[in-house]
Amino acid sequence: MIAYLLRRVGYALPTMLGVAFLCFMLVHLAPGDPLVSILPPDASADLQKQLMRLYGFDRPLPVQFGHWVWRALQGDLGTSIATARPVVHEVFNAVGNTFILATLATLIGFTVGSLFGFVGGYFRNSWMDRAASVVSVIGVSLPHYWIGMVLVIIFSVQLMWLPPSGAGPSGSGQWQWDVAHVKYLLLPAFTMSFIPMGIVARTVRALVGDILAQEFVVGLRARGLGEFGVFRHVVKNCAPTALAVMGLQLGYLLGGSILIETVFSWPGTGFLLNQAIFQRDLPLLQGVILILALFFVGLNLAVDVLQMLLDPRIERT
Amino acid sequence: MPDANLPLSPPAVMLRDLHVSFTMPGKQINAVNGVDLLLRQGEVVALIGESGSGKSVTLRAIMRLLDERGTCMSGTLSVNGKDVLGMSSRALAAMRGKDVAMVFQEPLLALDPAYTIGNQIAETIRRHERITARDAAARALALFEKVCIPSPQRRLAAYPHELSGGMRQRAMIALALACHPKVLLADEPTTALDATVQIQILLLLRELQRDLGLSVIFVTHDIAAAVEVADRIAVMYAGRIVEEGSTRALISAPRHPYTIALLNSRRHAAEQRGTRLETIGGAPPDLAALPPGCAFAARCSRATDDCRAAQPLAFDVEPDHRVRCIHTGMTAATARI
Repeated sequence: MIAYLLRRVGYALPTMLGVAFLCFMLVHLAPGDPLVSILPPDASADLQKQLMRLYGFDRPLPVQFGHWVWRALQGDLGTSIATARPVVHEVFNAVGNTFILATLATLIGFTVGSLFGFVGGYFRNSWMDRAASVVSVIGVSLPHYWIGMVLVIIFSVQLMWLPPSGAGPSGSGQWQWDVAHVKYLLLPAFTMSFIPMGIVARTVRALVGDILAQEFVVGLRARGLGEFGVFRHVVKNCAPTALAVMGLQLGYLLGGSILIETVFSWPGTGFLLNQAIFQRDLPLLQGVILILALFFVGLNLAVDVLQMLLDPRIERT
Repeated sequence: MPDANLPLSPPAVMLRDLHVSFTMPGKQINAVNGVDLLLRQGEVVALIGESGSGKSVTLRAIMRLLDERGTCMSGTLSVNGKDVLGMSSRALAAMRGKDVAMVFQEPLLALDPAYTIGNQIAETIRRHERITARDAAARALALFEKVCIPSPQRRLAAYPHELSGGMRQRAMIALALACHPKVLLADEPTTALDATVQIQILLLLRELQRDLGLSVIFVTHDIAAAVEVADRIAVMYAGRIVEEGSTRALISAPRHPYTIALLNSRRHAAEQRGTRLETIGGAPPDLAALPPGCAFAARCSRATDDCRAAQPLAFDVEPDHRVRCIHTGMTAATARI
């Protein structure tokens, strides 16, 4: 158990280093000088040199990389060019906001998706199964920003129940758990929940169908277990895979919500990434990508460990 | 041999004209076509036949374990005198595991892979009895000792995939016996095991049956195993019992051509090198399109037009020895080997 944990962490470390390397190289792989974006076109060669030294671009690449990693380990990812605030500060603010949004969206999507999946798996090819399939296929196929806009039209413009964008009445970006703030969360979270919902529904449906067809379900009935007793066993058997899918979906939502966050102006990582790209804010871009990538690695690790705790067969393989 | 007809105890299992059919898209599979079988209290009956003869389906039908959707069952079916076909699903679940238990062919598939064995035994006990978790665990331990599993405490905490095949089958038997059932249905319990382990499991089953006075239906295609444990043997073919009798009568004087062929295909295997293994020509009939007459006629050397015309009735060739063949007069002369 402990050995497995250590081995998994051991595997994660080189991945993290690789991720850091790619993030760092982004700046140097992108066409053009990284400083072009912040230097005025008529800057003197002297000023250029001065800035080069300031950002450390005059030193050899390996040294720069080592320096960058060293600072990153100490929690310093540089300064945003656009806002002049520390990148770490900006990123963590955004991560917090995205985390709130993605978690709620995943919970909604996972709950509804599991429900659909169980109904579909238990009553295969019935009208309920078909209805659940249609809803989840629609949820997966429709562009989510479009669903978001439609929801805004219905609930914000026509019914005027919920605010159309932002993350709070003051617009400060400082999240609080009260009714006024949560109202801002509902529409984007619901929109976003369509992404995991369809995938979770399909996965759970396939899993439940698979498990119910297995001999051990007959074995359970032969011991006198009723529908509820059997259901408990089915849940435990599909939990590892379903949770893995949920974890990956959460990770996916934490990084991949650029469109929805932009539609709702939700100040999360997707929105920040969008800004960083359009403002050519390279330190910010590097920082956001690095944090998100590391987060993904950590999430995969957590899912692996959780799966092992739930399914005893994984540890040996 | 336990005395058969004690007036007060109903038969452990009674099947009268049991039919089971499965509806498939475009066709109907008639897996069981009028089975009559009586299992008396404390008796062991072996149900033998080749794959697809309907023996496992018959066994599962007794606990109504076949998927309700697409399965059609008719006839009379009672366990300990209680009508099973008319039972509510609640009564059925209360009966399963408590009055009747099943030992499956492949315990690795029949046990839930995500729970420890001890957990599954305790769960079964607590399903049927009001008992604390601690007492249930103690019962599980006692069961493991009863089925001779070494270091039982450790094995109880193991998951099914962590045990060897023989251990798993012992654990499966322990699980089946958890709530002291009177009737045990064993569905090819030794088929998936090594030859040496097979003997051990057979001996264990026979010992437990005697100790606990169990009534057992033992499904197998291994005639040697059937002879080892059974008081009576019933031979199935195409969803019908074609011959049934005491183990001794059936083995020494088989009367149905199918039984004779089945026994011959085995006997000659043990003979000297060079002789050909006798086989039964042809293939088992299509259960979706059974002939109107005897289902074995197409493969039977003695078949006449009468055989193909109508289903032969079962009748007693001697006390407690029933055969479904119109040519038993002919077979009586040739069968003694």
